[in-house]
Amino acid sequence: MNTLFDKIWDKHVVQIVEDGPTQLYIDRLYCHEVTSPQAFAGMRERGLKCFRPDQIVCMPDHNTPTHDQDKPIEDPVSRHQVDTLAKNTADFGLTHFGMMNPKNGIIHVVGPERGLSLPGMTIVCGDSHTSTHGAMGAVAFGIGTSEVEMVMASQCILQSKPKSMRISVNGQLKKGVTAKDVALYIMSKMSTSGATGYFVEYSGSAVKSLTMEGRLTLSNLTIEMGARGGFIAPDEVTFEYLKGREYAPKGAEWDKAVEYWKTLKSGDDAVFDKDITFDAADIEPMVTYGTNPGMGMGISQHIPTLDTIDAAGQISYKKSLDYMGFQPGDSLLGKKVDYVFCGSCTNGRIEDFRAFASIVKGKKKAEGVTCWLVPGSWMVDEQIRKEGLDKIFEEAGFALRQPGCSACLAMNDDKIPAGKLSVSTSNRNFEGRQGPGARTVLASPLVAAAAAVTGVITDPRTMM
Amino acid sequence: MKQKFDIITSTCVPLPLENVDTDQIIPARFLKATDKNGFGDNLFRDWRYDKEGNPIKSFVLNDPTYGGCILVAGKNFGSGSSREHAAWAIAGYGFRVVISSFFADIHKNNELNNFVLPVVVSEQFLAELFDSINKNPKMEVKVDLPNQTVTNLATGKSEKFEINGYKKYCLMNALDDIDFLLENKDKIEAWEKKQQNA
Repeated sequence: MNTLFDKIWDKHVVQIVEDGPTQLYIDRLYCHEVTSPQAFAGMRERGLKCFRPDQIVCMPDHNTPTHDQDKPIEDPVSRHQVDTLAKNTADFGLTHFGMMNPKNGIIHVVGPERGLSLPGMTIVCGDSHTSTHGAMGAVAFGIGTSEVEMVMASQCILQSKPKSMRISVNGQLKKGVTAKDVALYIMSKMSTSGATGYFVEYSGSAVKSLTMEGRLTLSNLTIEMGARGGFIAPDEVTFEYLKGREYAPKGAEWDKAVEYWKTLKSGDDAVFDKDITFDAADIEPMVTYGTNPGMGMGISQHIPTLDTIDAAGQISYKKSLDYMGFQPGDSLLGKKVDYVFCGSCTNGRIEDFRAFASIVKGKKKAEGVTCWLVPGSWMVDEQIRKEGLDKIFEEAGFALRQPGCSACLAMNDDKIPAGKLSVSTSNRNFEGRQGPGARTVLASPLVAAAAAVTGVITDPRTMM
Repeated sequence: MKQKFDIITSTCVPLPLENVDTDQIIPARFLKATDKNGFGDNLFRDWRYDKEGNPIKSFVLNDPTYGGCILVAGKNFGSGSSREHAAWAIAGYGFRVVISSFFADIHKNNELNNFVLPVVVSEQFLAELFDSINKNPKMEVKVDLPNQTVTNLATGKSEKFEINGYKKYCLMNALDDIDFLLENKDKIEAWEKKQQNA
C-alpha cells in the first residue's frame, strides 16, 4: 500500500472489470518490427485506426544489420519485416525512426535518451525488455502482440495488478562492480522466476548512486527474474538526465513536470508484498555459467556442484552445463573466449563504451577473438566519437559497428557460430540465443573488455 | 485462433524440463513472419530438428508414443522474451492446454489471448502426472473449464485451477479483449478528460 507503483498504477486505472483484470491507460506505446506486424494486420482486419497515434513511436532494431545500413538489407525476410514497419507506420500515421534516421537505434536506448520515456508514465512495447524504461521512474513492461493491438485500438490494456516488491541494495559498490553485476547478482539469488507476479521498486544507497545509464541497465534486466517490470523513483539524477532532451517538456512545462515528478516516491508508510535487501559489499564482477540469466556467480567462484541442486531441477541443470561445455566445480577464469559482444539494450549506452575503453586503452585485441562493438543508437555512436573513444578502440584493433540489437538475439547477420564461447554484455544466455549452438557468458562491459584483450575470461580488477 | 473452450479430454505430451524459455519454444530467427501462420512447424525447433533439419528421434514431439492436445511442462514455463510467436507456435501445433506448476507472466497472458488454456497445478500433481504418463503414455487428462478442474484419469486425482471470471467467459464464448475495449471507448475518453482537467 502507498508504494510508488500503486500511485502510478492507480492513477492510470480506467476501470476494474468485475471478477477480472484492470483496464489500464497507457501513455506511451513503442513498436519495433518483430512484434508489431500481426497487430497492424489485426487492426486492418477490424477496420480500425489507431486511437491515439501521437502516443505511439516506432523503429526497427532487431533485424537491422550493423554494417552498410545505407544499402538495402541483404536478407529478404528481414528486409520485408523492416519495410512492413515503414509501410504500416505510414498507413496508420505513426512516428517512425527508420534505418539511417539519426534518431534510430534500439528502442529501449532511444526512448530514454530522446526524452520520450518520462517519470510517472505507463509505457508498453511488444518486448520484454521494456522494463528498461522503469529507470526513468515509469511503470514500463513488455506485452504480447495481441496486447499491442489492444493499445493501438484503445490506448488501454487489460492486466491484473501485480504484487509489489522492493529490492534494496545498500552500501557502496566495490571497484570493478557495475550495474550489470548488481543485476546478475540479484538474479543469481532470486532465480529466473523469483519475482514472477511482482513489480519491483529498486532502492537503497547503491542503487541511488548509479548513473542514469546504470539504472537503465538494472531496470532492463528485471524481466530476467520473472518480474513484470522494475523501476527506480525519479530524483535529481533523473531530472538532470532529462533536462534539455528533445521530447522532454520545456520551459514552464518543465518546471511543472519536475514539481509533479518530485512527488513520485513511495510513502514512508509504504507496505510491499515482499521486501528484500542485499549488501553491495557482497557483489563482485559477475559471470553466468549456464543457460539462463539466474545461473550466475562471482567471477572468482566455481560452478555449483550437482548435490546443491534440487532433484526436480537436476535434469535441466545437467542439460545446461552440457550445452555450455562446462563441468560442475569449474572456474571460468582462464577459459578461452572466441567472441566478445558489447552492446544491446542492456549495455549499449555511452557509459558502457567508456568502461570498455578504460580496459582496452593502450592494449591490443587478442588474436583469435572476434569482437563486435555495437552502439545502442546513433546518438550513442555520436557521443563515442565526440569523446574520442573510437580512436582508442581503433588503436587497440577494434572497430565500431552501426546501431542495432546485433548479436543479442541472432535475428540479423551477427550470429555466434555453434560451439563458440561468447562473452556478451547482452541479457540472455538461453540455448541458441546468439545463434544455434552458441555458448553465451553474460557479463559487464569491463569483463567483456578484459576478455577481448586477453583472449580468456579474466577478472577486470586485475587490469584496473 | 478464436475458438470456444469447454471440456477437453486428451492424452498428453510430457516435457519434464524446468525454465523452458520462449527462445526454445520458438527461436528468434523464426520471428520474421508478418502473419501468425506456420509457427507450429518450428515449435521447439532446435530440440526437435538437427542442423540438417532431420527430426531428432529422442525429442518427445518426434516420438510416436506420445500425442494429444495437452502439453505438460516443468515449472516456470515460457520465461524470457514476450514474443507472442511462442503462443502462436503452441496453438499452431495443435495444443489447446498447457499444464505446469508455474508459468511466466507474459507468456501466460499470450496463451490466454490465443485461446490456449494455461493450467497451473501443484508441484505434487505435476510430479504424479509425469509419473502416470511415464507408466502409460495413453493415459488421459480431463480439463474442465466450466468447473475449473483438471483430472488425472489414471489416478482419478483432481485439482481446482484458477482463472478469473472475465477471462473464463472470454474463452468459453470465443471473445477477445479488443472486443471488450472497443465497447468501452467512452470510459477511456472520460479518463483522458479527467487528466487534462487535473
